[in-house]
Amino acid sequence: MNNNSDKELIKCSGINKWYGNLHALKDMDMTINKGEVIGLIGDNGAGKSTLIKIMCGVHKLDKGDLYFEGKRVSIENPKSAMKLGIETIHQYSTMFFEMSIANNVFIGREPKKFGFNFLGLKDEKKMDYESMKAIKEVGLDLRSPHIPVKELSGGERQGVAIARSMYFKSKMLILDEPTNHLSVKETFKVLEYIKGLKSLGIGSIFISHNLYHVHEIADRIIGMARGEKVCDKDKKDTTVNELIKLIG
Amino acid sequence: MKNTIKSLLSRPEISALVITIFLIIVFSFISDRFFNSRNFMVILAAYPEYALVALGVTILMISGEFDLSVGSVFAVAPIVTVILVNDGYNQYWAIILGLISAAALGFVNALVTLLFKIPSFITTLGMLFMARSIAIGICGGFPPSFPKGWDTDWLVGRMDMIRMSLFWLIGIALVLNFILKKTNFGSWIYATGENKQAANDLGINTFAVKTTCFIICSTLAGYAGIIQSLRIKTAITSLGLGLELNAIASAVVGGASLFGGIGSAFGALVGTFLLAMIDNILILTRVDGNWFKFGLGIMIIIAVILNTYTKNRADNIRLKEDE
Repeated sequence: MNNNSDKELIKCSGINKWYGNLHALKDMDMTINKGEVIGLIGDNGAGKSTLIKIMCGVHKLDKGDLYFEGKRVSIENPKSAMKLGIETIHQYSTMFFEMSIANNVFIGREPKKFGFNFLGLKDEKKMDYESMKAIKEVGLDLRSPHIPVKELSGGERQGVAIARSMYFKSKMLILDEPTNHLSVKETFKVLEYIKGLKSLGIGSIFISHNLYHVHEIADRIIGMARGEKVCDKDKKDTTVNELIKLIG
Repeated sequence: MKNTIKSLLSRPEISALVITIFLIIVFSFISDRFFNSRNFMVILAAYPEYALVALGVTILMISGEFDLSVGSVFAVAPIVTVILVNDGYNQYWAIILGLISAAALGFVNALVTLLFKIPSFITTLGMLFMARSIAIGICGGFPPSFPKGWDTDWLVGRMDMIRMSLFWLIGIALVLNFILKKTNFGSWIYATGENKQAANDLGINTFAVKTTCFIICSTLAGYAGIIQSLRIKTAITSLGLGLELNAIASAVVGGASLFGGIGSAFGALVGTFLLAMIDNILILTRVDGNWFKFGLGIMIIIAVILNTYTKNRADNIRLKEDE
């Protein structure tokens, strides 16, 4: 294994995806290194969401290869992505509004006192304690793990989603428009949080239409248009204005 | 205090429970034959059978699906069981095979719905006709004769005022409530019903969750059919005719959401009891038979309106930070 693959977290090589006749991704190549924040930008329909859905197992690629920590992998479903250490905060809500905060943090991966994978007694004490701890770590202060998520603000819900991803010690975090619908204060909290991922050695992909936010926190910025990569630049080598022209 | 009121009002079954208590008081004034042990014995005689079906339907509804075939499955399982006993099978094996036949129908419902991605409303509507036809077909159109000397006490035997089937119901309801509230699988059922896409994205096998719920629903319907058949000591092909809508009504009155993600085992029990009670008072007061279903219908609508109202009220209670 050479030095490159040592620091390489995920590598997409020649990835193609079709939806019927629509060629949504065309020979997409991309590499993300450990502890690197990648800003993924592009207009609506550029293929950003398709790309990350392939990485997190929601969609399957039609052609191309994915490598994780130097090994070729096949990400069949979200569970296999999670097993690799890829966590995703989707653009749409992955919260269950009727369920409590603790249940939302652990849903699908509940700690069990005993039982089998499919049926086991939830360790509710641990869920309550750990969910509040994880939420505090992302700078949120919620009064109880039993509050239904429907009672939280948009920012608080996003905080719970981030806490969920963090708790499971992801190696790579994909954030698809995580600052949508957030107040200014909440947005900066989320941005600070993404910056903090670097020090933990977690690679991240940050997707946003707000190029100023992307430029502020990303180490490298990848631009997409019409399913293709149109730029891959270090932050220091580009400006927001140039990025606008490149993806326009 | 506010916290307690809020969490109490948020429970899906609470309005059905309040209406039930309210109606017990009202009905006691309307008819002096209502509030006595003998009458409750009448209500409770068939109650476990309907409540078991409502329990299964509720769990399936929480997962975001419907089952209109429960009434027909209710007939298939006892007919299979009775035929097998008549053929010389051990009664326990016959009951197990009867239950397996019901579970198999639920499995078919699940596979057709989930693999072909068609609404369960349609799949189970088809199964409603097919299963009824199976029930008639396997006995050649003539109900099998009920075996003599069959020991059925452990399932439906009378113990003073109540039947054994009530204990079975309570036991099954407790187990299901435990699964729904305390296990990971229970959380997955709620998650699948509320937001299937999100549940999938978080690694929950929603296909397996829904399939299991379909099987639970059908098995409980089959079990309820067997219990009724043993109680009335016959296995006629018309058992459970029209039961599906009553079961869905019980589930909805008990707080289950038609859109999935909300409901409880206790709610199914309360919902069924409420409908059984309304049924009973309409008989006791000799309401004109032509208006019988009207009364039932209006009660269902009122119960659901109240349910929605109390839920909204609960959502609007704001708690202070320190509560």
